Amino acid sequence: MHFFMLDEGPLIWTSDVLIILATIGIIAVLSYFKLWKWLWDNWLTTVDHKKIGIMYLIAAILMLFRGGTDGLLLRAQLSWPNMHFLNADHYDQIFTTHGTIMILFMAMPAIIGFFNVAVPLQIGCRDVAFPYLNAISFWLFFAAAMLFNLSFVVGGSPDGGWTSYTPYVENAFDPGPGENYFLVALQITGIGTIATGVNFLVTILRMRAPGMTLMRMPMFTWSVFITSIIIVFAFPVLTVALALLLIDRDFGSHFFTVSAGGMPMQYVNLFWIWGHPEVYIVILPAFGIFSEVFSTFSRKRLFGYSAMVVSMVAIAILSFVVWVHHFFTMGAGPGVNSFFGVSTMAIAIPTGVKVFNWLFTMHKGRLEYTTAMLWAVGFIPNFLIGGLTGVMLAVPPADYQYHNSYFLVSHFHYVLIGGTVFGVFAALYYWWPKMFGVLLNERLGKWHFWLFMIGFNICFFPMYFLGFMGMTRRVYTYPAGYGWGVINLIETFGALLMGIGFLVFAFNILWSARYGERDTTGDPWDARTLEWATTSPAPTYNFARIPEIKGRDAWWLMKKNGESINGPKDIPFEPIHMPNDSGRPIIMSLFFFIAGAGFVFEWWILAIIGLAGVLVTMALRSFEYDDHHYIPVEEIEKTEAAAGRL
Amino acid sequence: MSDAHTAVHGGHHPVDPSVPVEYHHEENSLRIAGFWVFLGSDLVLFSCLFATYVVMHGRTAGGPTSNQLFDVTGFTIETIALLFSSFTCGLATYEMRRGNRNAMVMWLLITIALGLVFLGFEITEFVQDASSGARMQTSGFLSAFFTLVGTHGCHVSMGILWMSGVVVQLIRRGITPITARKAFIVSIYWHFLDAVWIFIFTVVYLTGKVL
Ligand SMILES: [Cu+2]
Repeated sequence: MHFFMLDEGPLIWTSDVLIILATIGIIAVLSYFKLWKWLWDNWLTTVDHKKIGIMYLIAAILMLFRGGTDGLLLRAQLSWPNMHFLNADHYDQIFTTHGTIMILFMAMPAIIGFFNVAVPLQIGCRDVAFPYLNAISFWLFFAAAMLFNLSFVVGGSPDGGWTSYTPYVENAFDPGPGENYFLVALQITGIGTIATGVNFLVTILRMRAPGMTLMRMPMFTWSVFITSIIIVFAFPVLTVALALLLIDRDFGSHFFTVSAGGMPMQYVNLFWIWGHPEVYIVILPAFGIFSEVFSTFSRKRLFGYSAMVVSMVAIAILSFVVWVHHFFTMGAGPGVNSFFGVSTMAIAIPTGVKVFNWLFTMHKGRLEYTTAMLWAVGFIPNFLIGGLTGVMLAVPPADYQYHNSYFLVSHFHYVLIGGTVFGVFAALYYWWPKMFGVLLNERLGKWHFWLFMIGFNICFFPMYFLGFMGMTRRVYTYPAGYGWGVINLIETFGALLMGIGFLVFAFNILWSARYGERDTTGDPWDARTLEWATTSPAPTYNFARIPEIKGRDAWWLMKKNGESINGPKDIPFEPIHMPNDSGRPIIMSLFFFIAGAGFVFEWWILAIIGLAGVLVTMALRSFEYDDHHYIPVEEIEKTEAAAGRL
Repeated sequence: MSDAHTAVHGGHHPVDPSVPVEYHHEENSLRIAGFWVFLGSDLVLFSCLFATYVVMHGRTAGGPTSNQLFDVTGFTIETIALLFSSFTCGLATYEMRRGNRNAMVMWLLITIALGLVFLGFEITEFVQDASSGARMQTSGFLSAFFTLVGTHGCHVSMGILWMSGVVVQLIRRGITPITARKAFIVSIYWHFLDAVWIFIFTVVYLTGKVL
C-alpha cells in the first residue's frame, strides 16, 4: 500500500502514530467533558470576528510548530558533512512544506487573525462588513491547511519547493499526488484570502465610526487597508498560476510543457507577480503592529503619520513592479533587469522613511520595555540587515553571484522572521489581554524574546558567509573539506535556541491561562486606540454605543477629556442588530476539502460530489432570510453593568 | 421580509425613497460595494488568462491554428446572444425600479434563455473542435484557448444558476429591498461577463481569424 506510505520508514511511521494518538486524545477529551456541543455552538459555527481571529491565531501557532519542526529537521540534516539523517526525497519534501507552511499557513493566518482581532474594534464598529463570508474564509484556510498537512502521511508531500517551478513539477518529472496537494491546498486557501481582502477593504471603507476619517485611522488599520488592496489584486494571479499548472497535471494540457508549445517562464512570471506582493502582504501588517506598539510604549503619538501612510501606499505600488528580481539570471536581458533592479531598490526609500519615523516616535518618549516593545525594538536592526542585503540582491550583476546561495536564504529569513514573525509575536503579547482578558507573563515573555532573537541571529547570520563560500540552497548534504561543517553546526545550535524560545512561549500561554494577571480595566497598557476602550475580551457587540471620533488616537483623547466610551449617561441604549451563527461555512469548507481531495488524487467522482456540495451550500445561503437577530436592551444593560460601564 | 436592518449602527433605518430600491438599506449598499471589489479581483483573474492566451497564441506545436479553427457563424451568434442578454438584463433592472415585478421576472427569464443559447453554441463549438482533434492536450495554444474561453463559460453557467435562484425568490417574495439587491448584484455580474466577452471576441476570435 503505497497510498498510506507504509514503506516510507520510521519518520512516517512515527508521524502516523502521533497523528492517530493526537486524534484519539482530542476526541476522548471532548467526549469525556461533553464539550462537543460547546465547541460547535461557541466556536465552529461562530461568525464573531473576535473568535474567528482567535481561531486563526491558534491554527497559525500550530502551523508555526509544524513549520518549525520541519526547519529543525532540515537543520539537523545539514548540521555536519555527509549526514544521512534524512534521505534526499524527504529533504526535498520537508524544505518544500517548510516554506509553503510558513508563508501560507503560518504567516498569512497569523496576520489575518490580527485583522480580525483588532480592525473592527479599532474603527469602532460591531463586526466586519460580511461576517458570514469571514467565517467561510477561515474555514477554507483551515480545510486547506488540513489537506496540505495530510500529504505528509497520505500519498507523499510536494517536493518542488514552495515556488514549485515548472517544468520540474510537471507530471513527467514529478508524478504522484504530492505536487497536486500543493496546488489544490493553495488554491483553496487563496479563495478564502481573496474573500478576506474584499471583506476588510469594504469594512474599513464603509464601517468606520462617525468622525473616524481615513486620516484618523490607527496605523494598523491603515496597514490592513493597504494589504487588503494588495490581496484583492495579487491573489487572483496566484489562482491562475495554480489553476494552469493543475490543469496541466490533471488534464494533460500544455501550458508549461515545452514539447507541445508550452512556456515554463509564464508560470514563473505569474507566480512572482503574486509572490512579491505577497511578501508585502505579510510585512505591511507587521509594520502596522510595530507602529501601534512603538507609540503606545513611547507614550507619544506616532511620528510622521502622513508620511507613514504615503510610504505604505508607495510600497504597495512598487511591490507590483519588481517581480523579475526573482529571476535576474534567467536571461531577460540588461534593459529589463535594470528596470526591475532599480524599482526594487526604490522600495528601500519608503521603508527607510518608516524606520526613521519609528525612531522619532521613540525619541524623547517615556519608553517602557514590555515584551511587545522588545519585539518591536528588536525588529529594527534585524529587519535592517534583511533590507540592506535585499538592496545588495537587487543589483542584477551582483545577483549572479548571490543567486540560489545561502546569502539569499539568509536575506529572506531576516526579512520574514525579523519582520513578520517578530511582528506576530509583538502583536500576540500586545493584544493577548484584549483577546482573552488575561496578560501573558512578562518574565517568560522576555525569556522567549531573548532566546528566540539570539537563536535567530546565530542561525541565520552565518548563512551570509556560507553563501559567499559557495553553499547553494536546496543541497541536501555536502562533502567535508569545504569548511562549511562548523558553520552549519553553529546554525543548527541557533535553530535549537529558537525552538526552545518557542517552547517558552507555549509554556507562557499555559502558565498565564492559569496564573496570569487578569485584565479588568480593558486597557492594561494605557494605550491610545479604540480597541482598548471596551472590555477585555470585548462583548459580542464590541461597543454598546457606537463612539463619536474626534481625532487620531481616539481613546487617548477620550481618556484625556474624561469621556466614557458609552457616551452621556442619560441616552438609552438601542437594540443591537447582529448576524446569526451558522454551521454552513464549516460544512461548505468540508465540501471544498472533499473536492480538493478529488483533484489531488484525480478521483473525479469525489471531486464532483465536493463541488456539488459547495454549490448546494451556496444556494441554501442565498435562500436564507432569517439570518440575524437583535440583542435586547436589557441584555446590553446587564453586560455593561457587569463590566462596570453604566 | 422587508424589515430594515443594518449591521453597522444597529438602528431601524427608515426607507429613503430618493435612492433606488436596491440601496434602501445600509447593508445593501455594503454588499453592492463588496461585489464591485470582488469584480476587480475577477478582472485580474481574466487579465492573467488573457495574458497567457496572448503569449500562447502562436504556440500551436503542429496542431490547428486559430485561423483554421474558429467558426465565424458560431462566435457571431454567441456574441449577439450575450450582448442582447445584457440589454434584457438592463431592462429587468429598469422594471425593478418601476416596481413592476412581472415584467422584471420576464426580462430575467429572457436573459437566462439567451445565456443558455450562448452556452449551447459554446459547448457545440468546443465539442466540434475536440472531435476534430483540437483538444486542450493538443498544444499550448489550445490549452490557453479552452481555459480562457471555458473560464468565461463557467462564469456564465454560474450566472445562469444564480439568476434562476434570484427569479425564484422574486416570484415568492416580490420586489423587496433584499430581492432587489440580489437581482441588482447578479445583473452587475452579468454585465461584467458581457464586457469580458467583448474582449474575448476581439482578442481571441477577431484577432485569431486575422492573424
Ligand atoms: Cu521579491
